Amino acid sequence: MSEKKTNRRDFLFTATTAVGAVGAAAVVWPMVDQMNPDASVKALASTEVDVSSLKPGNTLTVLWRGKPVFIRRRTKEEIDEARSVKLEDLIHPEKDEDRVKKPEWLVMLGVCTHLGCVPLNDKGDYDGWFCPCHGSHYDTSGRIRKGPAPWNMEIPKYEFVNANTIKIG
Amino acid sequence: MSDHDYRPKSKVGQWFNDRLPLLTLANHLTDYPTPKNLNYWWTFGGILTFCLITQIVTGLTLAMHYIAHADMAFESVEHIMRDVNYGWLIRYIHANGASMFFLAVYIHIFRSLFYGSYKSPREIIWIIGIIIYLLMMAAAFMGYVLPWGQMSFWGATVITNLFSAIPLVGEGIVTWLWGGYSVDNPTLTRFFTLHYLIPFLILGLVVLHIWALHVPGNNNPVGIDIKKPSKDTVPFHPYIVIKDGFALLMFMIVFAFFVFYSPNILGHADNYIEANPMVTPAHIVPEWYLLPFYAILRSVPDKLLGVVAMLSAILILAVLPWLDTSKIRSAVFRPLYRQFYWILVADVLILGYVGAMPAEGLYLLIARVATAYYFLHFLVILPVLGFKEKTLPIPLSITEPVLGGAPNFAMAKKNKSKIE
Repeated sequence: MSEKKTNRRDFLFTATTAVGAVGAAAVVWPMVDQMNPDASVKALASTEVDVSSLKPGNTLTVLWRGKPVFIRRRTKEEIDEARSVKLEDLIHPEKDEDRVKKPEWLVMLGVCTHLGCVPLNDKGDYDGWFCPCHGSHYDTSGRIRKGPAPWNMEIPKYEFVNANTIKIG
Repeated sequence: MSDHDYRPKSKVGQWFNDRLPLLTLANHLTDYPTPKNLNYWWTFGGILTFCLITQIVTGLTLAMHYIAHADMAFESVEHIMRDVNYGWLIRYIHANGASMFFLAVYIHIFRSLFYGSYKSPREIIWIIGIIIYLLMMAAAFMGYVLPWGQMSFWGATVITNLFSAIPLVGEGIVTWLWGGYSVDNPTLTRFFTLHYLIPFLILGLVVLHIWALHVPGNNNPVGIDIKKPSKDTVPFHPYIVIKDGFALLMFMIVFAFFVFYSPNILGHADNYIEANPMVTPAHIVPEWYLLPFYAILRSVPDKLLGVVAMLSAILILAVLPWLDTSKIRSAVFRPLYRQFYWILVADVLILGYVGAMPAEGLYLLIARVATAYYFLHFLVILPVLGFKEKTLPIPLSITEPVLGGAPNFAMAKKNKSKIE
């Protein structure tokens, strides 16, 4: 046979394989997806925090979705320090104004963007946070300034329910 | 393999063997011709089999008392330590057994590197070995998470976060691995399941590893091909069985020393504090056997490239048979390679040391130099050495250097040209 012709059998092979592959994928997907966050995990989506007792210069750490959230009532000096930085000097350029809703309150995920450790308060070369795991330094706006972390600490979705209560999530 | 014509003596044996040739297999394993010059570095295969069985048996018994739940795991481990009869012993054997397993596997791997056991025709044995090694690291890591102490929790957080370095899909993969938005109960239960599964995968691969070994037969300290069976071989039983048995006893003394006299010296005190997602321990370090790779990860200032470097450091071993261009197997006849071999050993030890130290200042500098050298060894030195090195004449047989003193140069040259 010098010339290969497509015949009925070739069509049947291709069609059978295709249907088989779709079937296998349809069975594999539930097996893969069962590992994603389940309904009960997703249900814990928001937390309300009373911040009335927090004094300027102090940080409150609350757990949201299994992760710590830092709520820092910043002092005047800390706000000024965060706002005086030039954007060109930042690894991940973001204005402090874009990271807070009220300048006094910094609400962010207390999770280092390198490998997920919890940075320490009031430590490091930039008066903000320092991650003990691999030495990332964050400033008073939670922006990465030095070390292996690629991004600033994340700002979660949050809102002020009233003057004393912050709702995260 | 000369034993395929084996026939059991008894009638019952013959009847059974005709239907399932297990006795042929047993005969092959007993009579398996082994090079007679194998030294004690060759006993670690048997020792590793012992380690695997020990981990499986102690692991099964621990699983009867352990509870894989974020609220109860830590307490159930303390329950094993304090209340379960001999629970302390079983857990200490299991925890230290992991370290002993890695100690033996590192000696086994470096034996291969010295004597060129990974070279043709043994590449498949080597690659299966590397897969086993990878699975061992996965099993050890997940096992370390199960007690749900501070190091368990934060080790799990840091290692799973490595996947977040993957562009675009990284964050999604990490959430998928966790089954939530942080390391939590769903993570613990799946790690327990996989930790239970992996040893049996390793067991299957060990069977393939030995099967692949029995096709060409063992390499040996001289590194030459030998005829099997011949004057150069001895049957596996009793010669190697006794030698392996003696080495195993020596190994068990070291093992017992750790279990009974310093059961916690290889662990971290922080892991006796229950997991707390709000506080990261001041100094996170992995278990000693992962430190060289941890040092490589931290020596690269970029997150993605650091992860890539760490994975490459392991995966580069899989292609080693093709990176080493020298046809001479044993370092005994490779004067230059022998020196580079010891430099590599020192380099890996240095990486292990700086991996345990904080990643700053001089430590970071040393880690960077050592990381660069590690890759230089495999990617530049080994390929070039195969062409440049003037190797020593290799003997014609194992018996020759033993009986004749120095290798017979005239015959050796001929033999070498045959190999090349």
